Amino acid sequence: MATDTIAITAAADVSRPISERLHDWVVTVDHKKLGILYIAYALVFLVIGGIEATIMRIQLIVPNNHFVSPEVFNRMFTMHGTTMIFFVTMPILFGFGTYLIPLMIGARDMAFPRLNALSFWLTAFGGLLLYFSFIGGNGLYGAGNAPDVGWWAYAPLTSRAFSLGHSSDFWTLALLISGIGSIGTAVNFIATILCMRSPGMTLGKMPLLAWINLIMAGMVLFCISPLTAAQIMLSIDRYLGGHFFDTQAGGSAVLWMHFFWIFGHPEVYILVLPAFAFVSEIIPVFSRKPIFGYPIMVAATLCIGFIGFSVWAHHMFTVGMSSYANSFFTVTTMIIAVPTGIKIFNWIGTMWGGKIQFKAPMLFCIGFLFQFLIAGLTGIMLGASPFDWQLGNSYFVVAHFHYVIVGGILFALFGAFYYWIPKMTGRMYSETLAKWHFWIFLIGFHLTFDFMHIPGLLGMPRRIYTYEPGRGWEIWNLIVSIGVIFQIAGVLAFVANLFWTFLKGEPAGNDPWDAWTLEWSTTSPPPEYNFAAIPVVQSRRPLWDLKHPEDPDWKYE
Amino acid sequence: MVVRRACFKDQDERLDMTTKKETDRAPVARTGAKLRILAGISVLVAGVLLAAKLCMGAPPNPSQIPNIFKPESTPADSIFHLSLLVLTVTGLIFLVVFCLLAYSIVKYRRRAGDDGCEPPQVYGSNQVELAWTVIPVLIVLVLFLATARVIHSIQDAREPAGAVQVTVIGHQFWWEFRYPRLGVVTANELHVPVSDRSHPSPTFLTLISADTDHSFWVPRLAGKTDLIPNRVNHMWIDPHETGIYLGQCAQYCGVEHAKMLIRVYVDSQEQFDRWVQEQKMPAATSPTVEAGRTVFESTGCVNCHSVTGTVGNGRFGPDLTHLMSRDTIASGAAPNTAENLRKWIQDPNSIKPSSLMPAMQLDEKDLNALVAYLETLR
Repeated sequence: MATDTIAITAAADVSRPISERLHDWVVTVDHKKLGILYIAYALVFLVIGGIEATIMRIQLIVPNNHFVSPEVFNRMFTMHGTTMIFFVTMPILFGFGTYLIPLMIGARDMAFPRLNALSFWLTAFGGLLLYFSFIGGNGLYGAGNAPDVGWWAYAPLTSRAFSLGHSSDFWTLALLISGIGSIGTAVNFIATILCMRSPGMTLGKMPLLAWINLIMAGMVLFCISPLTAAQIMLSIDRYLGGHFFDTQAGGSAVLWMHFFWIFGHPEVYILVLPAFAFVSEIIPVFSRKPIFGYPIMVAATLCIGFIGFSVWAHHMFTVGMSSYANSFFTVTTMIIAVPTGIKIFNWIGTMWGGKIQFKAPMLFCIGFLFQFLIAGLTGIMLGASPFDWQLGNSYFVVAHFHYVIVGGILFALFGAFYYWIPKMTGRMYSETLAKWHFWIFLIGFHLTFDFMHIPGLLGMPRRIYTYEPGRGWEIWNLIVSIGVIFQIAGVLAFVANLFWTFLKGEPAGNDPWDAWTLEWSTTSPPPEYNFAAIPVVQSRRPLWDLKHPEDPDWKYE
Repeated sequence: MVVRRACFKDQDERLDMTTKKETDRAPVARTGAKLRILAGISVLVAGVLLAAKLCMGAPPNPSQIPNIFKPESTPADSIFHLSLLVLTVTGLIFLVVFCLLAYSIVKYRRRAGDDGCEPPQVYGSNQVELAWTVIPVLIVLVLFLATARVIHSIQDAREPAGAVQVTVIGHQFWWEFRYPRLGVVTANELHVPVSDRSHPSPTFLTLISADTDHSFWVPRLAGKTDLIPNRVNHMWIDPHETGIYLGQCAQYCGVEHAKMLIRVYVDSQEQFDRWVQEQKMPAATSPTVEAGRTVFESTGCVNCHSVTGTVGNGRFGPDLTHLMSRDTIASGAAPNTAENLRKWIQDPNSIKPSSLMPAMQLDEKDLNALVAYLETLR
């Protein structure tokens, strides 16, 4: 029956002119279409950000290379960082949230569908505005191009004295606009999760994905605001003669750092929590067991949400804070490792005693577990502030946070893609191609980011467009750059698999994974109204209850 | 602990179809395939490493490597010892969790010939959760106390009476070193006396910036500390061995951040005293290079550079009074030779693109005279 429905919708879709179908996508307020728009938009930027990274790695493959000029290199790392954080990872995670949350809590759409559309288009135009800087950044002075101030845009590099033209303004406005979009999404997530759950789904019976996204959205509300405020202050400095960050007129460079990192560190958790959410949904299904310690998982996420706001100055251990401040941020940084560790243990507990199936989604989640473990441990090293005086701002840090973002978040994201793409498209991906993707990308990831730690230990700072020979850095940089080739091949396998799924994928059916959450009870892809009848829920695994009426979950929870 | 020990056969066989195909193949063939994949990956990684090794020339001189694990000064040494503790603890955690993960993946994989039953459904265990909360908290406590001790010992160290004081001023893209008690000004190459462990003679650095943020990092001597405009920071070093220690700016400061290198010369006390005496001398004057001095004084050079006894008293660029006592120019970007000086004056972009040194566009005669003059500034 499921396949019939797809055939009918597909047929109806094909018969309409393409302009009309495109128009549908532009004016849509359907959470599923907006979710897919977010994801597609982020994938385009992922490719752009990847090209920027590749340019940097080609430049650094040998010492004193002349592949690009220092100006271009500096623009590349600024744009790479800004793009990957604000226009790839955030929108792609918001996209999955937008798509999945209503389906998983048994709702027909988000609480505010129009706000949902507004949020997406604000984010999208923010990204376009940032990239318009390549054309428009010259401004009246002919001195600029894309921003080249680093993605932290530390003062006073952004002041008029050091940043001529409009490149910094493009950066400022792009983040300001996409930030408003993010706040809209957060409001929508919170309202949807709190008010739109299906009958019977108490807070304690929500899927973990909904819980974690609720906490993530709460963090967005509190941490995007200081960033937005800082962008406005910076614009006042640049155009209305303000002196917040203008050190030449008595402003404070350190003030900008505080504003940026009180946003910047919670931002890390905003990015990693949805990855935790994917893993918390995928591991149970492929281990054939419920998540281990559900209430503890929620509590640990809440802890991360709160403590996450008290660790920001560990990005500032080298700016000359007092020994008391350094000690405080050391202890908070180390403490936050505890709830994170609890999560890893609970995922192991979920697999323990299960029957693990190594399908692509699970493979990526297992990769996530190993890599996130290492990322967490290097995080503890960096949290010990004296050790950070050596490691901070070196390639060790670059390796550490790529371990979090690529090894952790991106791996979880690939897992999520393979897990939910049958639901989104109604078609199954190619398992063989997915396994190729996993192994090649895994090799590339480890070649690049394992060996990237070493030049940091040997004193190589980040953000340098070239380096001197004879410092023991050459061989490591060469290996790191070689790894990029494998990563590109892996991503190509992924893109090929996406096309294969759309064009040749077998019909997936409603529930290809024999899973337990509500999205698998409707057709693939789900109809516009999601559920013909709003489901009534009695436990955290409503579909388990349906499949095992003789032994339902609600008797035990 | 809530556990259900029962076998649930899936009621809906259709649902289980997709997951079953995999397990039908023979177990031996699957293990063999996995081994081949593993072997393939190891060969590949080894191949890449070997190829990379072959591409490299002679191994670098170890003393030139700014290795944080080869400390030669108390702050770097304390950090090194702390790092050993942190690495041991995190290494042990890694080992334990890695083994748990690997064990659960291998042990609890779905095996060939699986009966299709669901495994026992376990919801959690408060005792276990308590254990893996309390133990990490204790570990964190130990790590924090050890760290706090090192923070205090480095940051709150008192400056002894005889310490050498240096004011380090970060510029785009070079370092200015001023010794206020000794009356010495130099650039990019910091000279400090070696410090005997029994009679320490440390050097205390006051860090300020003339423009953007910078960071002073010489890994073998100490951790980095930022130089921030409108702010005064401090750090100290007490090198135990004479020699040259390399480092560079570690906070992105603008277009030439990569070529803002630091060389620290740790001299014996006698060498250091002699160096101070030489630096305190006025600039050399010689009638043979009078023409070059005229070029220096009559062009833009004097706007940015100082040479004592001339009209040049600019502070935008490095002090040139004893230029030839330095081994490098352009903040370590090139060796200080006559040829490089010529290139640097005529076309700075060829050595350090987009540095703030302008191309002087002198004619051949003036350039020769100027370089000849600069070469007398010993």
